[in-house]
Amino acid sequence: MKNQARWIAFLTLSVALHSATAADVTGTITLKGTPPPEKDIPMDANCGKLHAGPVKTRFYAVNDKAQLADVVVSLKGAGVKASGAPATPVVLDQVGCEYVPYVAAVQAGQKLLVKNSDPFMHNVHALPAAAGNKEANKAQMPKAPDLEFAFATPEPFLKFKCDVHPWMFSYVSVFDHPYFAVTGKDGSFKIANVPPGKYTLEVLHRKAAPIGAAVTKEIEVKDQSVTADVVLEVK
Amino acid sequence: MAESTNNAWLHRFSLLTALATLLLIGVGGLVTSNEAGMSVPDWPTSYGYNMFALPFKFWQGGAFHEHTHRLIASTVGLLTAILAIWLWVWETRGKTRRNGALVILGILFVVGGMMGVRKNPVFVSIALVSLCGIVFGFFKIKQTSGLRWFGIVALSAVVLQGILGGLRVVLYKDEIGIFHATLAQLFLVLISSITVFTGKWWQSFSESKESLGLSRNLRWLATIVTFLVFSQLILGATMRHQHAGLAIPDFPLAYGKLWPATDPAAIQSINQNRLEIRDPNPITAAHILVHMAHRVTAFLILFGTAFLAFGVRRTLGAKALLSRISLIWLGMIGAQLILGIFTVLKNKPADIATAHVVLGAASLVIGSILTILAQKISVEPQNRMLHVSPHSSVKPVSNFKAALTTGK
Repeated sequence: MKNQARWIAFLTLSVALHSATAADVTGTITLKGTPPPEKDIPMDANCGKLHAGPVKTRFYAVNDKAQLADVVVSLKGAGVKASGAPATPVVLDQVGCEYVPYVAAVQAGQKLLVKNSDPFMHNVHALPAAAGNKEANKAQMPKAPDLEFAFATPEPFLKFKCDVHPWMFSYVSVFDHPYFAVTGKDGSFKIANVPPGKYTLEVLHRKAAPIGAAVTKEIEVKDQSVTADVVLEVK
Repeated sequence: MAESTNNAWLHRFSLLTALATLLLIGVGGLVTSNEAGMSVPDWPTSYGYNMFALPFKFWQGGAFHEHTHRLIASTVGLLTAILAIWLWVWETRGKTRRNGALVILGILFVVGGMMGVRKNPVFVSIALVSLCGIVFGFFKIKQTSGLRWFGIVALSAVVLQGILGGLRVVLYKDEIGIFHATLAQLFLVLISSITVFTGKWWQSFSESKESLGLSRNLRWLATIVTFLVFSQLILGATMRHQHAGLAIPDFPLAYGKLWPATDPAAIQSINQNRLEIRDPNPITAAHILVHMAHRVTAFLILFGTAFLAFGVRRTLGAKALLSRISLIWLGMIGAQLILGIFTVLKNKPADIATAHVVLGAASLVIGSILTILAQKISVEPQNRMLHVSPHSSVKPVSNFKAALTTGK
């Protein structure tokens, strides 16, 4: 009983010390240059009924301040170590014949739930490229139970598509550590609880900084939050 | 008289099978043009249902194209089975006729039963047995020249083709899709050949000596251009199954140049600026090179068919059958080129891209028929099967033997 109490105290102290020393890495991703204009998606009659007007592609989700959403930001470095997958699942929904969100990120082994909020069938087709991640293709009727996916191997932009509605795509990046984030509509990101150390911030975007052309930035985390803004360029 | 009617109906039935196959290739083109090949995730069932009893609520979007493709494929399979049995019964008699027909039926029932097992190793086994059937059939064609063996090859090929289509779905292999598309073209040529060999005009052409003067060079030009058309169709199938859309969006130049840059910086810039709605795979240098090869081959084919049409007409005169066919072929290639250009300029709309696929398949058929005729006409027609009663003592032999043995 005494031993158990000591262990609990030790673990509590460890977590407290870790929290005290870990810091957040935050920043904003902006886009330099003018991206090509987004296209209208020619939806079929069923899907078109779910929208008041034309639906655009989402390749460059950039606002009037040039802040870019759907950018995957992650850390590389000695302090980045694999950890157990969180129990909270990431949710991918099918709404109005579009995947929401368009870009997401999960940890290896973390559950990814796919919902169908539309009044008709979709098929959910995961097309991984990394060895160890299995391709899967499942039909999902309206109000059907969520489909569950999990991927074992890290992979950037693992593609999900619906072959019934061939304009429907979503991209899920898989990491073997918890130090990653996806930028929001204002281009901002936050990677929490990063242990002190030197890191390489890796910035990936499907178009502006695709695989093989990631933009990187060297940062050092001490005991305070670090801000790292990055500019991507479209030529 | 009865024999002649029967013969004509066999020819018509073969023609029907060929047209159904062309329709199937067209619907297959719609499937790939709409990126719908995987919209029905299971096979040989469709969404868990027997494919012939799929509820209407599933027939939507890409699933409509894919499921229609499967149903037409089943119809072509049935037509081919009937054609194979018909050819066998037509060419043979006595025990050979009865036992052969029973064996074909028996194999079909066994294959049908094995499909019910729904295990990939079973499907692969059926595919391998079908492949053996094709090889054995070709061996027997070379040995006996019997049209019935064309039927056996066609039946084996249609089974293999069906399995390849299914395995592409359940094994998630794009490469199988390319084989599937290529075998479809060869199957169409095979059925079209049967249609030619069972036609009356084939007999009258055999007896005609109007075109004996065709030079060896022209005969081989027809053969080479036909192979170029086939290569072109493989390139096209490869482009379609890369799921990357148009690798080059402009014409007659390519990214504004005669030959596009394919260095990493150029590829990155291309991908940054292309917004493909249905084909999101990034463009690679290899995609661009395949596209350029498709363009170069298109012009080689155009020049080849033009030279052939001119040469045959000059040699045989405008009224010769070969002159007319080679002119038709040239017209088809010209139309095909225009469709290809519009496919690029209009950003690969499904209808134009599919018409491009169908006309490409039809061009291969015409080229193959022209090659068969060109290679054959320099020899004396041998004994033939079609005007011989199945009860006659004359051994039924197809004229194709002549083509096979004298193709120089």
